[in-house]
Amino acid sequence: MSATLLQQADMKRALTRIAHEILEGNKGASNLVLLGIPTRGVTLAHRIGAILSEIDPSVSVPVGSLDVTLYRDDLMNNPTRPTAETDVPVDIEGKTVVLVDDVLYSGRTVRAALDALTNLGRPAIVRLAVLVDRGHRELPIRADYVGKNVPSALGERINVTLAEIDGDDSVSIGEAVA
Amino acid sequence: MKHLLSTHNLAREDAIAILDIAEDMAQFGHRDVKKLPALRGKTIVNLFYEDSTRTRISFEAAEKRLSADVINFSAKGSSVSKGESLKDTAQTLDAMGIDAVVVRHSSSGAPYLLAHSGWIDVPVINAGDGTHEHPTQALLDAFTMRKRIHGESSRGRGLDGVRVCIVGDILHSRVARSNIWLLATLGASVQVVAPATLVPGAIAQWPVTVTHSLDEALAGQPDVVMMLRIQSERMKDAYFPNPREYSSVWGLTAERYARLNQSTIIMHPGPMNRGLEISSEAADSPQSVILDQVSNGIFVRMAVLYTLLTGAKGELS
Repeated sequence: MSATLLQQADMKRALTRIAHEILEGNKGASNLVLLGIPTRGVTLAHRIGAILSEIDPSVSVPVGSLDVTLYRDDLMNNPTRPTAETDVPVDIEGKTVVLVDDVLYSGRTVRAALDALTNLGRPAIVRLAVLVDRGHRELPIRADYVGKNVPSALGERINVTLAEIDGDDSVSIGEAVA
Repeated sequence: MKHLLSTHNLAREDAIAILDIAEDMAQFGHRDVKKLPALRGKTIVNLFYEDSTRTRISFEAAEKRLSADVINFSAKGSSVSKGESLKDTAQTLDAMGIDAVVVRHSSSGAPYLLAHSGWIDVPVINAGDGTHEHPTQALLDAFTMRKRIHGESSRGRGLDGVRVCIVGDILHSRVARSNIWLLATLGASVQVVAPATLVPGAIAQWPVTVTHSLDEALAGQPDVVMMLRIQSERMKDAYFPNPREYSSVWGLTAERYARLNQSTIIMHPGPMNRGLEISSEAADSPQSVILDQVSNGIFVRMAVLYTLLTGAKGELS
C-alpha cells in the first residue's frame, strides 16, 4: 500500500516556490551557495540552482555536495555506512549556505551537516531547504524552506524518487517495509 | 568483515568498497581541518614488534584524523624485551579496554593468531607479518593505480585488464604477496620478475606469470612497474652475487627507465635503496607515484579503520 503525494509537476512547482523563497529571504542571489546532502539532496540542489538561473539568467549560484556520513551520531548502531562524495566548489567563509535534503525527519542528518560545515569554514548564515518535512524531530531543528509538509506515522515510509537517479519524479507514502 | 589480515580472501566488492571510501577520505586531506569525528572515543593500539617508520606513522595519522585515541607500542623498550609473550601482551591490552589492534610482527601469522586465539576480542589489522602479507599496502597500491588510470571516474571500478609487473625480492616480500592476491581479485594481470633465487617455490600456484629477465618484461610495456626493496635484513644467504650485479640486471636503471612508455606508472613501497633496485631518474620522474603511495596510504588506512570499527556488526551495508 502506498499513496502518491507529489508527482512530477507538483515537485517542479514546489522546487520553484523554494527557489523564489530563497531569493526573497536572501534579497537576491548574492553570496548564496547550495549544498545538497547525498544522494538525493545533491540532485535537488542542482535543480534548485537551475531554477534560480531560469528566474534570473544573470545568476549562477554555486552548487555542491556535502557528505555527512562521518559526522553521524549513529555510526555504531547500524551496519557500516558507505560514504559519499563531498564537493564544495567555493570557500563557504562568510557565505549564505542553503543545505538541501529530500526528507526532514529526526533532524540528525542536519545536525551532522552543521558539524561538517563547521570544519569547512564559517558561513555567515546557514538555511535548510527540504522537499518533504514528515515531522518526528528528535532535535531542535527546523527547515526554512519546505516543499510539502507530510504528517506521517512513525512506522510509515516516505519514498522520494528523482528522474536523474530513479527514472521518475515522485513522493509517496507507504507502510514500513520490514 | 571483522579483521583485515590478508588480501587472499578479500572479496572484490569489499575491496572496491574500501577503495571507494578512501576516495571520500582523500577529499578531507586537502582541508584546513583534516579531523573527522567518526571514531571519537575509540582507542586503537599500534602494536609494532618490528621497526617501521612510514607504516606506523601512516596508521597513526589515519587514526588521529578519525579522532581515535592512539597508543603506540613498540617491542623495543617494552615488556616484550623482558620476555613477555604475545599472549600476555594481548590479554593485558584487552584488560585495558582497547577497541582495535594494528599489529606488525616479524613472524608470519602473528596477526592471525591474535585475531583467532580468543586472547582479545577486537578487530585486528595486519600491518605486515614476516614474509606473509601487508594488506593495507596492497590496498593503497591498488588505490594509487586506480586513481592514476581512471582519475575522477575511479569510484566503483576495479583494475580489469591492467598489466602490472612486480620486480625484485618476491621471496621475502609480503608486499608482493598481498599485491598479487588483490590485483588478481581486481582483474589485473601480474607478471613477476626476479632472479631465480628470489622466487618462492610455491609461485606455480599463484595467479602470476614469471620471468627472470627484466628487459623482456619491460619490452612488453606493462601499465605499471612496481619495484620492490632489496631487504638486506632478511638476506641471510647469498641470493645474488653482489649489489652492483643486481642493479645492472634487475634494477630500474636510468637506461631502462628511458625505454618505458610515458604512461607507465612507476611504484615502490619504500624505503628505497636508490641506485640499487631503482635509479633516481626513475624514482623522481613524472611517472613515479611513490609519494602518491605515501599520501594515499593514510586515506586507505582511514577507510579500513572506518570499515572495521563502525557498524553494529562491522559489516558493509
